[in-house]
Amino acid sequence: MIIKGRTWKFGVNVDTDAIIPARYLNTSLPEELAKHCMEDADPAFPQKVAEGDIIVAGKNFGCGSSREHAPIAIKAAGVSCVIAPTFARIFYRNSINIGLPIMECPEAAAGIKEGDIVEVDTDTGLIKNITTGVEFQAAPFPEFMQEIISAGGLMAYVKERTKNQ
Amino acid sequence: MKMTITEKILAAHAKVEKVVPGQLINAQVDVVLGNDVTAPVAIREFNGLGAKKVFDREKVVLVPDHFTPNKDIKSAEQVKVIKEFAKEHSITNYFEVGRMGIEHCLLPEAGLVLPGDVVIGADSHTCTYGALGAFATGVGSTDMAAGMATGEAWFKVPPTIKFVFRGTDFNPWVSGKDLILYAIGQIGVDGALYHAMEFTGEGINALSMDSRFSMCNMAIEAGGKNGIIAPDDKTLAYVKERAKREFKIYQSDPDAEYARVIEYNVSDIGPQVAFPHLPENTRNVSDAGDIRINQVVIGSCTNGRMEDLRIAASILEGKKVHPDVRCIVIPGTQKIYLQAVKEGLVEIFINANAAVSTPTCGPCLGGHMGILAKGERALSTTNRNFVGRMGHPESEVYLSNPAVAAASAVLGHIGHPQEVEK
Repeated sequence: MIIKGRTWKFGVNVDTDAIIPARYLNTSLPEELAKHCMEDADPAFPQKVAEGDIIVAGKNFGCGSSREHAPIAIKAAGVSCVIAPTFARIFYRNSINIGLPIMECPEAAAGIKEGDIVEVDTDTGLIKNITTGVEFQAAPFPEFMQEIISAGGLMAYVKERTKNQ
Repeated sequence: MKMTITEKILAAHAKVEKVVPGQLINAQVDVVLGNDVTAPVAIREFNGLGAKKVFDREKVVLVPDHFTPNKDIKSAEQVKVIKEFAKEHSITNYFEVGRMGIEHCLLPEAGLVLPGDVVIGADSHTCTYGALGAFATGVGSTDMAAGMATGEAWFKVPPTIKFVFRGTDFNPWVSGKDLILYAIGQIGVDGALYHAMEFTGEGINALSMDSRFSMCNMAIEAGGKNGIIAPDDKTLAYVKERAKREFKIYQSDPDAEYARVIEYNVSDIGPQVAFPHLPENTRNVSDAGDIRINQVVIGSCTNGRMEDLRIAASILEGKKVHPDVRCIVIPGTQKIYLQAVKEGLVEIFINANAAVSTPTCGPCLGGHMGILAKGERALSTTNRNFVGRMGHPESEVYLSNPAVAAASAVLGHIGHPQEVEK
């Protein structure tokens, strides 16, 4: 899958409370959560983010809570991909499970500026900064995760498996 | 063999002889847990999957604890979804208000998690159960849904970091909370990313079960996949009176391989305070400086157990909470609450002008029951001090053990318990 979009940059250790504050967790509707996406990191983000945009952040993105509402809010806000040097493990797992593409690539996270136009190939892990012409290579997903991704998320994967049993 | 306790438990549940770090496995799970924030999403996924029934109605545990007693209509609707699902699937371990507790205090207390188990919970602090010598880790709602349907979960076997706490000469008022805050301060909030954190040494052996739960609870705050402490006599005494099924004890092999071994002397560790806005911003409480506070919270899945309440009460007895401070005490479960009543602790809290609440996660995540206004500061025995964690994005949360929290409630600023003893 090829993704192309404008980038928004965030710092290190962006936690799940910054991505979707707990005060909004009394609902799980994606469109409601999207209205508050990244609100405590950048209050204007829900208004300025556009369909297809890409988040580029520092290390340990998504640390903290197990709330799946975090990747759901990002996806529902229209964000097409998140690039960071590392992700917190539950956030990583949740993103794969719900089908939000995430790329671990320290070089890309450092070499992309806010507003750059970036193209991501989720199959090969190639990240192209269209604005500057610089290319980065993220590690591809392990085969097992690629199976989940190509099935369309964990639920679809489980559905396929239980069908064959 | 040469395996760590984490590797042994995972190998047994994947039905293989041996596992190595990095290996992808499919493991059987003993418990699948969810709460009022995460379970409604999982139930939606479960129903979308077309699953007809849960894999085992006794192994799915549902605990509405975050926004309960329901704080508003939306929360009530979420809890209703869980309650109806529990009824539909005859789930025995659904815990209603009045019978419940904060999930990670409740499950060990009720004997629902035992040594050697594999537990997945749609709550990041599921790692708490590592204190029993179980492999327990937080997952999201989709993993919970898949777990409820299949009784299995996939894992990448984590490499283990071994933490050795040398010595038993603890400084006064130091508890498990201080050891884990100190370790997080040393390695950082991603210092154990994707790793198992195995806590060992004479210092750990000397800790009570309640202190061990506090330690494993915060493994996630260092990015850990799980925290774990090998079972000993204290563990067995704790589970003996609670277990209603068989369990198995695992220990790391002496020659097991570790990604890293980190040693600390407990005598080097004083009561800790984590400054805003990350749990890694730790200092000795004596180096905190003059930090005035508006609120103190004593409770949560980190520090809402009997030992915590007893320590807090020992400091608050015969004293009054500072006029500028609201002090909120939240027992972790109904059983703990009742025990605190019987021991006279609740009377001590009320006489000290502290508010005592029914069990809830409430203020820890800025849900309800103690939200901060703009510019307000809290000292809390909870586990996270992220921006906006307890309320307004411009409020601040500091983290400490219950002794420091209780003493600071009296002082009106962050202080050492010795300042109150004087």
